[in-house]
Amino acid sequence: MSSTWFRRNKQGILTTTEEKKETPDGLWHKCPKCKATSTVKELHHNQFVCPKCSYHNRINSEEYFEILFDNNKFEFLFENIVPKDFLGFVDMKPYSDRLTDAQKSTGLTDAMRVGKGKLNGMGFVVACMDFKFIGGSMGSVVGEKICLAIDHCIEHRLPFMIISKSGGARMMESAFSLMQMAKTAARLTLLAKARLPYISLMTDPTTGGVTASYAMLGDINIAEPNALIGFAGPRIIKETIKKDLPVGFQQSEFLLEHGFLDFIVERKCLKMKLAQVLQWFMGSNN
Amino acid sequence: MLFLDFEKPLEDLYTQINKLKEMSVKNKIDVSTSIRELETAIENTRTQIYANLSPWQRVQLSRHPERPYTLYYIERIFTDFTEIFGDRQVKDDKAMVGGMAMLNNQPVMVLGQQKGTNTKTRQLRNFGMANPEGYRKALRLMKIAEKFNHPIITFIDTPGAFPGLEAEERGQAEAIARNLFEMVNLQVPVICIIIGEGASGGALGIGIGDKVAMLANTWYTVISPENCSTILWRSWDFKEKAASQLKLTSQDMINFALVDDVIPEPVGGAHTDPEKMAEILKSYLIDAINDLKQINPQIRIDNRIEKFSKMGFYDDVSIEQEVLKA
Repeated sequence: MSSTWFRRNKQGILTTTEEKKETPDGLWHKCPKCKATSTVKELHHNQFVCPKCSYHNRINSEEYFEILFDNNKFEFLFENIVPKDFLGFVDMKPYSDRLTDAQKSTGLTDAMRVGKGKLNGMGFVVACMDFKFIGGSMGSVVGEKICLAIDHCIEHRLPFMIISKSGGARMMESAFSLMQMAKTAARLTLLAKARLPYISLMTDPTTGGVTASYAMLGDINIAEPNALIGFAGPRIIKETIKKDLPVGFQQSEFLLEHGFLDFIVERKCLKMKLAQVLQWFMGSNN
Repeated sequence: MLFLDFEKPLEDLYTQINKLKEMSVKNKIDVSTSIRELETAIENTRTQIYANLSPWQRVQLSRHPERPYTLYYIERIFTDFTEIFGDRQVKDDKAMVGGMAMLNNQPVMVLGQQKGTNTKTRQLRNFGMANPEGYRKALRLMKIAEKFNHPIITFIDTPGAFPGLEAEERGQAEAIARNLFEMVNLQVPVICIIIGEGASGGALGIGIGDKVAMLANTWYTVISPENCSTILWRSWDFKEKAASQLKLTSQDMINFALVDDVIPEPVGGAHTDPEKMAEILKSYLIDAINDLKQINPQIRIDNRIEKFSKMGFYDDVSIEQEVLKA
């Protein structure tokens, strides 16, 4: 009767989720673990945790401050401390260019920002690393900001937290970056003497000199689920022992099992948990 | 004698001397004048080569297979050494040695990384790469010293803390971090000497002291030149360049005030005259302990914190802005 050129031969949408074409950035997000898609708005609302499989996407200081501080109200401290290329280090690219490029692309001055605000009404100082700034590497600015933040906490009797997210020491600052391990550890002894709490939150990834200094020195050391935490990177260990690494090696759950974490906390419970422990820590002082 | 590639002119001179000696024995000729001339030439060449070492050449020297290691210095410098073992938790780490000893009638605790001298002992010592139990053993020894109010001396010589599977399981990072934290607050004088390689956190893990000194031909930085080359240049071939860029020599480190002293080595390096090296080191240690003992323990700790707090370079833009306003 009628022509058949528009007749539907195949039923339903046959493209599987996995085969779906990439959508423009900023609208949709595809979970790297379960491949489920969600809108960025939805994801943001869910604190960048996949609503389907609760994979914790990497986020930056901006998002952590928003999650932690009441009504997203806080002030930045020590933004006046900025990096410089003291050694004139040049590899495939001068360090000074790396700094300028990173500053341009991230809008940050270095790999750490310090925020001071209130968490459930309690005063709190949080130093948070930004992985997008040269791999969250620890150089002189990171070390100095931590030390200044500790001094600030001692002066105002405030609890302190560092959120670590780092590939380790910043090679382009050579021995100066190594000495940030000693410098931050030394300053943390002063915070301990002042009997103020220091919470270390490790997020994906926390490795190298950062793990081997302040990240492991908390009164409590806690982590987000499935974060890579270790001293040497998995590739180097694999090359050293010439064997495949066990599943889950150097993940938060592995560290908890081996006794190096106090607990693992999901991002959606982070603020509530911190409020609990801060209350416990500061209880006798209030 | 073992020669490094840049010591080729020296090797040639030594070969000539040996040939001459053989000849004189065979043909019964007196060659003493020629030998004396050659010996002067050797001294001059050595002085010349060693006056202009590149950073990479110093790295090579610091790894010279004949270079004295921790146990050699312990044997030479101290008396009544009693080695003590174990971390009381897992096992004894052979890459970290230490014990009670006397330095000129002064009881001290001495410890450090130990490398092996042949294939078998190199494996036993894990090439001087300690596991977490090594760092925990070191801390245990330091705490004993603190309890009995005796100074601590550490000898640093490591290509890094061991990057192994079990090291991670047992918390390599935690062990090093704990040592940094605890060493800052030790009530007794602490002297740390880099005697060979000072690589990264593995070195720093026993490196927080009132006096941190480097032997002249050693290096100390955040990563080995080879690994730095692999990561930043994506190839092993830029190790010489990496060594220069890292500014890792004793002279650089003292210029940056990241170490307190540089201890001179005999011309040609510590391995050419280990006894002399031990002698120089011994007198440095005795002086350092005498100086540090004069200082009140709390002031010593404050100074230690102050010293490490100063390390780092950055700009303070608020100061610049104030200057601009004014």
